[in-house]
Amino acid sequence: MSSFPWLTVTVFLPLAGAVVLLALTPLPRRRPEAGGYGADDPWRWVAFLVSSATFVVSLGILTEFRAEPGFQLVEEAGWVGPLNIRYVLGLDGISLFMVLLTTFLMPLAILASWRVERQVPYFMASLLALETAMLGAFVALDLLLFFVFFEGLLFPMYLVIGIWGSGRRVYAAVKFFLFTMAGSALLLVAILFLAFRSETALGGMTFDLRQLVGMDLPATTARWLFLAFFVAFAVKVPLFPLHTWLPDAHTEAPTAGSVILAGVLLKLGAYGLIRFNLTLFPDASEDFRGLVTTLAVIGIVYGAVVALIQTDIKRLVAYSSVSHLGFVVLGIFAGTLQGMSGGVIQMVNHGLSTGALFLIVGMLYDRTHTRDLARLGGLARRTPVLAGVFLVVALSSLGLPGLNGFVGELLILLGTFDASRLPAVIAATGVVLSAIYLLWAYQRSMHGDLPAELESTPDLSGREYAYMVPILVAIVAIGVFPKPLLDRIEPAADRHVRLIAVEPSSADVVRAAGGD
Amino acid sequence: MPIETPDLVLAPILPELILSGVAMLILLVDAARPSRGGRAMALLAAAGILAAAAVVIRQWQVPAADELTALGGMVAVDRFALFFRLVILACALLSVLLGAHYLERTGEGRGEYHALLLFAAAGMTLLAAAADLIVVFLALEVLSLSLYVLAGFSWRRLASQEASLKYFLLGAFSSAFFLYGIALAYGAAGTTSLAGIADALSGPGTSMALALAAGGLLLVGFSFKVAAVPFHMWTPDVYQGAPSPVTGFMAAGTKVAGFAALIRVTTVALGPVSWELLPAVVGVSALTMVVGSILAIAQDDVKRVLAYSSIAHAGFVLVGVAAANQEGVSGSMFYLVAYAAMILGAFAVVIAVSRTGEGRTSLRSYRGLARRNPVLGALLALFLLSLAGIPPTAGFIAKVLVFEAAVRAGLSGLVVVAVLASVVAAFFYIRLIVLAYMEDPEETERVPAEPAPGLALGVTAAVTLLLGILPGLLLDPLERAGVLRW
Repeated sequence: MSSFPWLTVTVFLPLAGAVVLLALTPLPRRRPEAGGYGADDPWRWVAFLVSSATFVVSLGILTEFRAEPGFQLVEEAGWVGPLNIRYVLGLDGISLFMVLLTTFLMPLAILASWRVERQVPYFMASLLALETAMLGAFVALDLLLFFVFFEGLLFPMYLVIGIWGSGRRVYAAVKFFLFTMAGSALLLVAILFLAFRSETALGGMTFDLRQLVGMDLPATTARWLFLAFFVAFAVKVPLFPLHTWLPDAHTEAPTAGSVILAGVLLKLGAYGLIRFNLTLFPDASEDFRGLVTTLAVIGIVYGAVVALIQTDIKRLVAYSSVSHLGFVVLGIFAGTLQGMSGGVIQMVNHGLSTGALFLIVGMLYDRTHTRDLARLGGLARRTPVLAGVFLVVALSSLGLPGLNGFVGELLILLGTFDASRLPAVIAATGVVLSAIYLLWAYQRSMHGDLPAELESTPDLSGREYAYMVPILVAIVAIGVFPKPLLDRIEPAADRHVRLIAVEPSSADVVRAAGGD
Repeated sequence: MPIETPDLVLAPILPELILSGVAMLILLVDAARPSRGGRAMALLAAAGILAAAAVVIRQWQVPAADELTALGGMVAVDRFALFFRLVILACALLSVLLGAHYLERTGEGRGEYHALLLFAAAGMTLLAAAADLIVVFLALEVLSLSLYVLAGFSWRRLASQEASLKYFLLGAFSSAFFLYGIALAYGAAGTTSLAGIADALSGPGTSMALALAAGGLLLVGFSFKVAAVPFHMWTPDVYQGAPSPVTGFMAAGTKVAGFAALIRVTTVALGPVSWELLPAVVGVSALTMVVGSILAIAQDDVKRVLAYSSIAHAGFVLVGVAAANQEGVSGSMFYLVAYAAMILGAFAVVIAVSRTGEGRTSLRSYRGLARRNPVLGALLALFLLSLAGIPPTAGFIAKVLVFEAAVRAGLSGLVVVAVLASVVAAFFYIRLIVLAYMEDPEETERVPAEPAPGLALGVTAAVTLLLGILPGLLLDPLERAGVLRW
């Protein structure tokens, strides 16, 4: 292990960038007369460079990482002495890819925000602050430190939606804030209660996840605590019926906001379920598995059916997230290694595919100023590259073999089928439905009659290539060669599965299923 | 009967003597040279406060004497008292700063503002150190009488007069409760010394009924001062009517001092009956958090919003008091410091936005504030987020500390009520941020940055942020100050 504080640097580099941005606000604007900001204003570049630098640093984490089950690159320091709340960072195969997904998507999201014209320095600073909070939440091993990051991301996201969003942005922002805050209110109580119990159970109060694992809790207590954690994360995922904030937030958020929201923020809920619910309360997870699986399956079908009837393409993508995240939760709670690994991979895939879908919706909106599918059509003739990109991303999202979505969905369905057949069978209909709504959306926007006002729609610009190509590369790469991911995820996934395993799982089965 | 006179060592009350002395000096100078008014008096007052603070810091550094109390058991000389004195003095200093600015603007720069403020501060610091119910009462009266007048300081404004009168009438009422409580406590224990009462109550032969009645009445008296439900009725009107710097001082200083005495009285004197009084404290705490948070939603004046917020926060501090353990005491102390910083900061924003007097306090005036002055908007957001308990601010750590203490004391139910109340409260803090950040301003004119509120804002914002990120800065001294011995 190296002594370089990889995680601290990765987590706080964006925040430092945000501070720099705020300090630079007095710089002259290129187009002050219009009251807005020009495309080449320095703040955009500063934000882009900082987030790119963060990505580069996070690649350093990847090289330091060993495919082992435990936490690595651990950093520890005291924080709130009397309560023994500590600054503990560390990551395993599951959080590793969440971190990489975050650092990968953020520069692209920033690049996609070149058209934002209002209060650019503050917008970029909010995004960077958001990145720090998300990264921190993924690597915090102290429960209270995690909560700090988890709550800390609320406000920047709230600003991003509420100031730079569209239409009913304020409503969506407030709804997002209150839903999430209400969800996590009881999480705080549960964390404090858990730490309090640790004093007698472990002979010293601690919030350290690594020490709290395996702590003896009475069954009833564990169930209550499970529920408190579960509600907080289920709101974030979001799991049916706690999903109602999501369509509003996704739809009204600016493109970068939607990308980050769908790409990373939702993963935080699923990640929390793995990292805390399964780890801390394995027996209670077992007790609630039926309920969680049912909710996940309802979410898969419900999200897909509602997506079918959307005419607003952004809302359609938003509901598809509800459906896809249902798959993730299904896999996580399947209790098999395939399910868990598939769930984690699917988290990465969903981040890439849905992030890309939102980027495409953003490009469409920039060109046509509408998100109404009824007013789009025939664009493939004017913008063949955009149409091609849309098609690839849609196919990836619906799980076409050879692209990334397939690997995750297959593993999840396999893993679930092993454990319980019915949920897997019903969930499989979600795959079919996703093919319908995604291809239908593609067809309605790209084929058919071209409305007269869209005659002169331009195809991708250089900047748009710059943020779409990396995602497309990742989509294909994971689809063709998922082994590097699976190798790193499996040891950690296996460790988590053992806590709630239905039957002893063998890594070989998965390797076969993973297709390498 | 020979009367034993205690040794007259004035050192323990030197801060109060300095404050009162300077206050009288200000009155004299003001009477002789009324034209000097504003600034000179403010400087004099600030010098007095700094001198008192220097004494307190010196006493903190010198190891505590063997004796726990001085002046015949009237005044405690522990670090608990010194800690709260320092907090109160900081609040007073900021209020002098804000007051000087405010009065200059309204043309009411009379010296007695600073004199009254120093008297009130002396009462508060004495309250934090009181080790005898008589001194508690004395200190309460000193601070209350000064504040009654300060609330009506802008006597040309009807609302200010009304605030003063309302505060006075209800305050007098609560003093009566308190006095009755002292009488009953004396009846039960045969002494008014806090330690003496504790001894008597834990010994045999004390009338439990009398003790509980005394405890209840004392709690009522304190509840008035710290604005806990159902004794909070005066708060919104008084907070709204009083001049903003006075409101800030009342909201911060009175609550800190009131809680200092409340904690000392409940922990020391009422310690033996704390179990019996627990339901009352828990009930008041829960009611205060819930009512304060819910009623704040319906307000359309920023000072009333902050008034209800300050009510709700009394409930949160009471969570730590109800825990009645070591963690609860130091948690409450941390909470009070954080609260004082953020509420004073919030009122400094109010003063900056008002510009002159009590203008622009309706919520409408906050529309688009972030665009009319980004720094002010950001600071307002910081204070509101801290009041809402969102990390990484002092308000969050404060909540964690008192909640953990309560969980430890087996009061998980109360903590659940508390977090749910925080969610309700978040709603109206967020509403203010929505106004400031997401709505178009009514006036496009920039809100000017000014030195005095600016300085106050800088200090309070630094405390709010620093304690949220590095709580150890305060927690380490608290380990020594949060211990009450008797």
